[in-house]
Amino acid sequence: MEATPNLWIIPLLPLAGAAINGFFGPREHKSSGQLPVASGQHGHTAGHGHEGSHDLPARGFVHSVAIGSVALAFLYAVYLFFTVTFEHPIVERVGTWIIAGKFDAGFSFYLDPLSMIMTLVVSGVGMLIHIYSAGYMAHEGGYYRYFCYLNLFTFFMLTLVLAGNYLLLFVGWEGVGLCSYLLIGFWFKKKSASDAGKKAFLVNRIGDFGFILALILMFGVAGSLDFEKVFAAVGRLGVEPVAGVLTAICLLLLVGATGKSAQIPLYVWLPDAMEGPTPVSALIHAATMVTAGVYMTARSALLFERAPVALSTVAVVGCLTALFAASIGLVQNDIKRVLAYSTVSQLGYMFLGCGVAAFSAGIFHLMTHAFFKALLFLGSGSVIHAMAGQQDMRHMGGLKSKISITYWTFFIGCLAIAGVPPFAGFFSKDEILWKAYSGGHTTLWGLGMLTAAMTAFYMFRLFFMTFHGEHRSEEASDAHESPPSMTGVLVTLAVLSIIGGLVGIPHAWGGENRIEKFLEPAFGVHETGLTPVALTEHVADVGTERLFSLWAVLAGIAGITLAWFLYVARPRLTEELAQSFSRIHKTLLNKYYVDEIYQTLIVNPLVSVSRSLLWQVVDVGVIDGAANGLAGSARGFGGWARRLQSGHIRSYATWVLLGAVFVLFFMGVLWAK
Amino acid sequence: MVPISWYLVLSAILFVMGAAGFVFKRNIITVFMSIELMLNAVNLSFVAFSYLLRSVHAQVFVFFVMVVAAAEAAVGLAIIIRVYRNRQSLNVDDIDLMKF
Repeated sequence: MEATPNLWIIPLLPLAGAAINGFFGPREHKSSGQLPVASGQHGHTAGHGHEGSHDLPARGFVHSVAIGSVALAFLYAVYLFFTVTFEHPIVERVGTWIIAGKFDAGFSFYLDPLSMIMTLVVSGVGMLIHIYSAGYMAHEGGYYRYFCYLNLFTFFMLTLVLAGNYLLLFVGWEGVGLCSYLLIGFWFKKKSASDAGKKAFLVNRIGDFGFILALILMFGVAGSLDFEKVFAAVGRLGVEPVAGVLTAICLLLLVGATGKSAQIPLYVWLPDAMEGPTPVSALIHAATMVTAGVYMTARSALLFERAPVALSTVAVVGCLTALFAASIGLVQNDIKRVLAYSTVSQLGYMFLGCGVAAFSAGIFHLMTHAFFKALLFLGSGSVIHAMAGQQDMRHMGGLKSKISITYWTFFIGCLAIAGVPPFAGFFSKDEILWKAYSGGHTTLWGLGMLTAAMTAFYMFRLFFMTFHGEHRSEEASDAHESPPSMTGVLVTLAVLSIIGGLVGIPHAWGGENRIEKFLEPAFGVHETGLTPVALTEHVADVGTERLFSLWAVLAGIAGITLAWFLYVARPRLTEELAQSFSRIHKTLLNKYYVDEIYQTLIVNPLVSVSRSLLWQVVDVGVIDGAANGLAGSARGFGGWARRLQSGHIRSYATWVLLGAVFVLFFMGVLWAK
Repeated sequence: MVPISWYLVLSAILFVMGAAGFVFKRNIITVFMSIELMLNAVNLSFVAFSYLLRSVHAQVFVFFVMVVAAAEAAVGLAIIIRVYRNRQSLNVDDIDLMKF
């Protein structure tokens, strides 16, 4: 066994950062002689107000610690990437966590190509977003709190991706959920923000419940939750022709994944999560946390491959989510909401990739999506910063000349997500669609193509509405470019969005698809002789593959052209269209009324049952009744018994005497026997 | 030789007198003396048995009881003096503040 590479260092660094900022951050605020600015009070005032500038040295300390810890983690991950050989997964057990009978879960870490890529993406994009945040949050209160949460999130996310067993993965899973809740509700004095945080947390609970059940079943099947033991145990089982226990495990895992990765039917929390600060949306609700479900599915690839029913469910859920969310994104007017639905839609693509057993394509798209969606979110943050907190695209317009760096980087991001070659999104999205088609899922492929066209349309609708045309408000004409710490990050991410796809150029275009080759040890051919679709078709038909790529590009360009036509060439036409298709438009604008349907079908019955039965009957009657009854009888007995304590010595003496006589009498009776 | 039963009867009579005094008397000093009477009644039966059984074990108990009684007398009389100075009364029925 080779020397262990001390994987635990990676998650521990951000944890140390979080601890330093959490414990000493408040003191830094005080040492500047000013009370910390009450957060939330100012709502979203980025770009306005300078209430925070007085304690700049303290803020410098806070964000240096936060950025530094993540940067060190990233550098160490890069070092590992170049020094470790990935033929076999490295398992590193740092300590024992739980031992109970047969059950043994340790603090173990697991490094294989899959977790390596995830670690690089999480720490790399995380570091960029930390840097961006230092500029974006400069005028906000609760600065140390923000960076403490952000570091804590990075810690949990790295734990999630590096965990060596499902239970530790679940710890990270719950931890990122907690940090998501804390950061969505960062401006907790705003009712909508704290509500959105609660919604995210509660919806995720449903998914987590499925995850826990899956873990219990998995323990029943494999007798352990360690990856290598589970995989070995599952590897001995064959493919389940019909639904069986593996299918049940996989479907329950999918329930967990739909919660965390915002898929149908549990996607509803993600659009609301946009109440958080924009860098948080970029880091947690676009680039990293929401991809945890995809990571978990890919990690469990071995299980899913043996449960074809579950696998095709993943594909269908992913594809429908992609289409559904994209259609909502077509008409939304809040810049961040469009991006949120776009994220849901792109996550659907990743699930589609996993569902057609093209796990490496799914992870490839995860990586490129992390680059371009982080870029788009941070770009929108820069726009919002420039617009003094305005998020409605109808009030923007004509920002092109005002904020040119943001404009150009945003343009690159839009091209990348629309699938225009040679930007990152083209290769990864094309890979997924091609795998779907070559795997025989023609319908899914068709829906995916439709989604690709819609994606291009809504992204460029957003782009044109924001940056082109006339200024539609005063803020738009007063817009100013963001500080260099923000634009620098935008440029870096734009570069990554351009070149990020080059690691996965398919063979059909003369590339080597290096990412798939790199990921092969994680997903490659398994000893059952089962050949995943991903590996069979490569040589199949280069011409067809090229043709299909071309179609995907054409779909993207059609979407872009339509957006240009409707929002630049003939801006009036959109309103007429909205009028003539008012019913469809209204349905889309109201997000298919899904929130309302959930409210009526699930939340309201639950609330009324809870109120009338669980509260009034069970809680008040049974639980309170039992507790109060017990207390009442104790009080009654005590009220009677306290009369014995009269304070009269002679009555005490009488009692003592009677007691002695009583005891003697009984002893006499017993001895008599 | 005096039979053991005589000692025991005397001891019982003394003990009952002490107990009765303890319960029925109101003067705190009398109550205190009743306690001493009960202790010494017990001492009497100890000594009687010690003589009967030719064993010194019981006498050890007697010395213990006497020592404790002496200590108790010292503390108890001190308390009684304090109580009297505070309340100008030796009636135990007047001293009944320690109650619910």
